[in-house]
Amino acid sequence: MKPLRSFLDRMEPHFKEGGKLEKLYPLYEMADTFLYTDGKVTLEASHIRDGLDLKRLMVTVVLALIPCIYMAMYNTGYQANVAMSELGVQEIPGWRGSVISTLGIGYDSACLLDNIVHGALYFLPVLIVCFAVGGFWEAVFSIVRKHEVNEGFLVTGMLFPLTLPPTIPLWQVALGISFGVVIGKEVFGGTGKNFLNPALTARAFLYFAYPAQITGSVWTAVDGVSKATPLGALASATPEIGLKAVTENISWSTAFLGQMPGSMGETSTLACLIGAAILIITGIGSWRIMAGVLSGAIGFSTLLWGFSAHAENVMFLMPPWWHLVLGGLAFGLVFMATDPVSASMTETGKWIYGFLIGAMTILIRVINPAFPEGIMLAILFGNVFAPLIDYFVIQANIKRRIARNEA
Amino acid sequence: MAEPKFKDVFFTPLIAKNPIAYLILGICSALAVTTKLETACVMAIAVTLVTGFSNASVSLIRNYIPNSIRIIVQMTIIASLVILVDQLLRAYFFEISKTLSVFVGLIITNCIVMGRAEGFAMKNGVKMSFIDGISNGLGYSIILIAVAFIRELFGSGKLFGVTILETVNNGGWYIPNGLLLLPPSAFFLIGLFIWLIRTIDPEQVEEN
Repeated sequence: MKPLRSFLDRMEPHFKEGGKLEKLYPLYEMADTFLYTDGKVTLEASHIRDGLDLKRLMVTVVLALIPCIYMAMYNTGYQANVAMSELGVQEIPGWRGSVISTLGIGYDSACLLDNIVHGALYFLPVLIVCFAVGGFWEAVFSIVRKHEVNEGFLVTGMLFPLTLPPTIPLWQVALGISFGVVIGKEVFGGTGKNFLNPALTARAFLYFAYPAQITGSVWTAVDGVSKATPLGALASATPEIGLKAVTENISWSTAFLGQMPGSMGETSTLACLIGAAILIITGIGSWRIMAGVLSGAIGFSTLLWGFSAHAENVMFLMPPWWHLVLGGLAFGLVFMATDPVSASMTETGKWIYGFLIGAMTILIRVINPAFPEGIMLAILFGNVFAPLIDYFVIQANIKRRIARNEA
Repeated sequence: MAEPKFKDVFFTPLIAKNPIAYLILGICSALAVTTKLETACVMAIAVTLVTGFSNASVSLIRNYIPNSIRIIVQMTIIASLVILVDQLLRAYFFEISKTLSVFVGLIITNCIVMGRAEGFAMKNGVKMSFIDGISNGLGYSIILIAVAFIRELFGSGKLFGVTILETVNNGGWYIPNGLLLLPPSAFFLIGLFIWLIRTIDPEQVEEN
């Protein structure tokens, strides 16, 4: 590792003030601190109690995402391989087919490796485009504004691909992440000042701009196969079929494990739970927000389920325990709603914020079948309200304390 | 008060003190009529004429308007002009008038018209007031047409209804951006324009 360190040290003067590449200092800083612990130390008595900086915080989130990423690759490949065997297709055309045949791997949906490689060939290009394009914008803004490249982007670039269907065209990924990073975050001043979750802003942009590529039958990466997500299937089912539209194809445990069509990273509730455990144990993700969303979702879905006997809308038939394992609820709950920048800051506020998101998700899902994946809109809605919730919580606290002192 | 110069009165409202980008007025109609260039152009012409003539008329009688009821008098003048424009559109451009629907009538409540009558025409001569009205209308038009250009070109692949980018649904290659057909996209575009203008001219940026 020595040569690398000395190489970086040799390069440093060029990026410092007066150096030839002074303007590109943020890029140097990014590479340096990514590879090594920051060399800066406090010279006098330090007031810092914890070495947790933004970098370690974001890396922990990335670690928590690993189960989801694994499931994203596995499930994308699994769905594609199952669809291929149903269709009787032997191999896939294009570069993905040649990579798979070069590696000497088959298309067996029972084989773990086959599934992961097949899925990775869909997931990785999306991920790479996200990091390349999003990283480009991040670097441009940090150079123009002369601040350091922020690690927050690492998480945005990781979350966004997980919310996309495997068949999404790569240029749309590039456009989406550009919108998310620039309009969702940088125009407000960069990481820490954005009031919307950039990854969800990016997804919402694609959702409204190119609905044909992100809704409907885009969830299986095989030509000519159209499989709706369970929620989509139920939304378009007739009252006679009812909940069978979901239960005929998958069991609750399959849905819990995540072997169903859907956005790449969101299908597996189990993977999200592992991520949630990591986030809660390390204290990175707020358990209050997660519990708030969960109770909001369970409470509201139970309420609506109670009306199912009288409702014409089939979405009312979905019991609460199904709501929890379908669609992006688990993923949004664990990774999106807990984004510390766009969520509420106060402890009471976190409960309200979470409950609002959970209830809104179910409301959008059930009452408006045009948006069966309601969690995205619900979280953006919650983000917008987060500062207001904080304001009222703080005001209430001030009032309470004034009253206490007067008494 | 010194008589304003023609150059200042005519050119400042175009970019430097643009009614939409700097004064943030008249946003509602900018969201509503900019999905197509055609409607945006008609709207731009209508607003420019109304602002020009309302300014001139208000300025003409500015010394006779009782101060306590000046807003009502201005409103009456503006409303009469807007009704005139509306009737003209219905008579000669019925199709366009149907797509613009209520938004022509809503020019009455367009803050630019009222704002210029109150802010400029009440204090200045007829000629300058007319020029001020026209140039503010043109400033509004510039943004309106720029937004409509982007929205129609990338939202439906057309300009003035003529296909420029052949969309996928018609057998072409271009996948239209559906967001641009929805009103919020105009917010994003206007925001980006404001960003652009303020980057070029940092004097517009408010102090924190």
